[in-house]
This record gives sequence, structure tokens and C-alpha cells, in this order.
Amino acid sequence: MPDDLQKYEDNWETSMGAWFPGEKVTLRGKDVLTELRNYRWHQYLLYGVTGKKSERIARLFEGIWLISCSFPDPRLWNNRVAALAATARSTGVLASSGALAVTEATIYGLKPIKGAMDFLYRTMAKIKSGQVLEDVVREELKKYRNVYGYGRPITDRDERVAPLMEFAHSLDAGHGEYTQLAFKVDEYLSSSRYGYTINISGVAAALMADEGYSPDDHYHLATLAFTAGVIPCFIDASKKPEGAFFPLRTSRINYEGTEELRVWGK
Amino acid sequence: MIDEDKQEKITTKIWREVPEDDNPFAAAACYCAGFDVFGDVLRNASYIDYLHLLFKHEPPTARASKLLEGLALALANPGLRDHSVRAAMCAAVGGSTRASALIASISVGAGNLGGGREVYTAVNCWQTCGTDLAAWEAIIKSPPQEERVDVWIPMEHAPGFDPNGVSCPKPVRQTLAYLAEISEGNSLAWLMQHREKLEAIAGAPLAMSGVAAAAMNDLSLSPEESEILFMLLRLPGAAVHALEQEKLGWRRYPFFGNGLKLMPYDQVSDED
Repeated sequence: MPDDLQKYEDNWETSMGAWFPGEKVTLRGKDVLTELRNYRWHQYLLYGVTGKKSERIARLFEGIWLISCSFPDPRLWNNRVAALAATARSTGVLASSGALAVTEATIYGLKPIKGAMDFLYRTMAKIKSGQVLEDVVREELKKYRNVYGYGRPITDRDERVAPLMEFAHSLDAGHGEYTQLAFKVDEYLSSSRYGYTINISGVAAALMADEGYSPDDHYHLATLAFTAGVIPCFIDASKKPEGAFFPLRTSRINYEGTEELRVWGK
Repeated sequence: MIDEDKQEKITTKIWREVPEDDNPFAAAACYCAGFDVFGDVLRNASYIDYLHLLFKHEPPTARASKLLEGLALALANPGLRDHSVRAAMCAAVGGSTRASALIASISVGAGNLGGGREVYTAVNCWQTCGTDLAAWEAIIKSPPQEERVDVWIPMEHAPGFDPNGVSCPKPVRQTLAYLAEISEGNSLAWLMQHREKLEAIAGAPLAMSGVAAAAMNDLSLSPEESEILFMLLRLPGAAVHALEQEKLGWRRYPFFGNGLKLMPYDQVSDED
């Protein structure tokens, strides 16, 4: 008999939260309907993810979401899923959940969001143990061929960096050692032969690292970050004719396979 | 000591398990509708037969098995221009998780245009109209109106027909001809006979979703079973095209860089 399974059978012990039907709801020891009901939604999410209650941090990551991840362009990969769903007349929530799943991407989205913070923490620890920034970054590039938080597909310039830093400063954020480190890495990489500049995931990671958040916290807080950009793409395509979103004729297939016509079984 | 009789249970007619002697959390035998899955079905049935057993709780007749196999093959890859496959490739080129490629594919391939919902609606039409041309004409010309709003928007075209089609594409005709030839039911054969009349009524050519719906009706699948099986059977194409584009990367995938033209926006209101 597996002990763990037996121990947990019909027995989920949790201090995270619960619903008491017809009576109350609790989250991390607080009564949602009496103690948390006046929270802003982002503050409630922050409390749910981390147990922290800071209105300032809730406002900070709400702004990070808006400035970083809410681009309503249907060509962007996750948004495109929503536009395709609309053109194929699926539902809004199926569109958003498909796009949300796709948001856990490598060249944008959740992997860089989490990875950039992890990079900053690892780099800071190595520098504090005596290594030189340039060596640490070079090692990272040699090992992984990219550095999360730096470089960008389509264009090198990230138009979001300055507005996000201005927004962060309005909340007295963005002055800490991780933000400084992030821009030092930017200075090095942009003047190196790689030519990578800092992108928004590097800035967002630095801002939240300076506030003491972990890569896991940062990842969970960003789960829904792209949604406000996704839904308009669905609405837009749902108002155009069925199948109208960037239709492809057969000549758009660039076939590179065998030219031989083969017959099954021969 | 746990009293198993007093524990909450999941009710099913599909699946039964017998526990291993040393572990009540592991099955020693699994029965699907009475058949020993790993002791019997695994060795003696085809995948398609087992799929039929799962959905219908009975082994298929030889012809039903052949029909389901033909349908599964016809649907396995909708081709890389299909919206659902494109969604999977969007996941792939961005380096998203492979699960998200399938999730995106299902999200997009669920809809009213060539998707699961269209098949659901079309099989409902088969249940209502059968092989009565006048009934089909009536339902196509004045589709039932739902009084209450739904998350699904109403069909904008006759279910099973392609609103963007011109004539019925050859693969659709080939699939219909083959499936009609092997089916024991009469939906496919009737559709084959009346395709052009129905297309004239619908003002659009028959689509693959329409052939699938007829096949599913011949297999006695309900609208709900048809909807979910249709989505399931179309996943292999999404999977392989996603894997291929993952290797090729976003630089070789259309971005439509010059395809989007930003137009002036008419403010709805400056107020809240």
C-alpha cells in the first residue's frame, strides 16, 4: 500500500483556502467576503499567490501587465490563436484559454518572464561571490545561446522599456540593485558583438526582484498578463466574415518534401 | 480502516478495474464495456475497434470499423492551412509548450466554421431531417432560433457546408464517395445522391465537416459524441505540423508584416 496515497485519501489538509457552501470563503486565513472584499483584484491575486498584501506591489505588477503584455495585435502568436478561434467561430473563452496556454512560449511570454528573473538572481549571486559580470553573461550565452530578458524577435528596440521604467519610478520602484544589474547587462550585451538590448521581460524581472519576489511568484502573477490584449483580437475577428482572418491559398505552402509521386503498397 | 462502500464514487458504464493485491491504487485488470483491455483487446482488436468500443460500448461490425477507420484517416490531417492546425503552429514557432499546440488547436477547431460545433449542429440536423430533402430545405432555409443567448454564436451558414467554397472540393467528394461505399447506414449514400440539390439549397458546397457528420450519423454517434470525436480525430495533423514548425522557427513562418492596416477608430464614448 503506498503510504502517501493512503495518507491523502479523502484527506486534503490545506491552509490555503476553502469554500463553506452558503456560509463563507477563506483565502490564506482571511475571510474573503468580510476581510478581503474591498481589495482590488490585483491585490487579491497578489495575496493569493504570495500571501503579501501590498497595494503598491499590486499596482506595480498591474502596470507591468498593461505596459508589457497587452498588445492587441492579432499577428502575435498567442493573439493569433484568439483571432483564428474567432474566424473559425469558436467561443471567446476557448480562444482566450488557447491563447493563454500558448503564452508559455520561449521567444516571448512566460518562459522569458520567469527565466529573466532567474538569470538576474543567478548572476547577482555569482557577482557577489567574486565573478565579473562580463564573464557571467558570456558563460550564460555560451551555455544557453540566449539570455532571457535580452534581445527580441522582429525588432531589437523595445518601445516598452522607457514607459515601464517611468511607471515604476512613479511608484518608487526601479531603484534597486537588480534593476541596476539588469541595465549593466544591457550595457554590456548591446555593445558586444551580440548586440542584444534589454527587453521588457528583463525590466519586469528586475523590478519585481528588487521587491523581493521569486521567479515562481513572478511567473504565477503573470499567468493572465496577456489576456487584455488577447480578447480584443477575438472580438475584432469575430466581427469580420467567417474565415476572413489572413486566409491562405494553396500556393502559400512552400513544399520541400519529395517530388516523387508514391503509391501506397507499391 | 477505510470502508470502501461508504466512499464517494465515480459512476460509469465504460470502465471497471480490479485492484492489485498489494495496492488498491493500482489496477491489476481493466475492463472496457466488459472486455479485458490489456489481456484481450490489446492483442485482438485494432485501435479503431477499441475507439468504437469506448464510444459505443460495443465492438463495431466489420463495416462500421472500416467506416470509422476511413473517417479517422480522412480527418487525421486537415492540412496546414486549416485554422486549427495554424493555431498549433503558432504555438510551435513561438517555442510554446507542445501541450499548448494541441490546446490551441482544439480551441480553434471547436467552432462553427469547419469545427466540432459545426459537426454537432449538423448531426442534430441529421437526427431531425434524416433523409427527407424537404426537411433539410426547411432547416437550412429557416434554422431553429434559440431564444436564449449562448456562448456559441448562431451558425452563419448551413451546417456542413463551406460558406467560402465555390464548388465541392475533390477531397470532400472522394471522401464522401469512399465512405458512402463502405457504410452500412444510409446517410452517406443519401448525401452522395442529393449533394448537389443540398448545395443549391445551402448556397454553398459540401464541406468535410458535412461528410463527417453524415458518417457519424451512420455510426449512430450522438451529436455530442460526434463533436468530441471530430476534434479528437483531427489532432494528429496539428501535432506533426506543430513539431515541424517548431524546428523551422518563427523566422520561416508567415507574420503578415505588411498585412495589417491600422484604420481610424471611432470612439464609442469618452465617458465611463
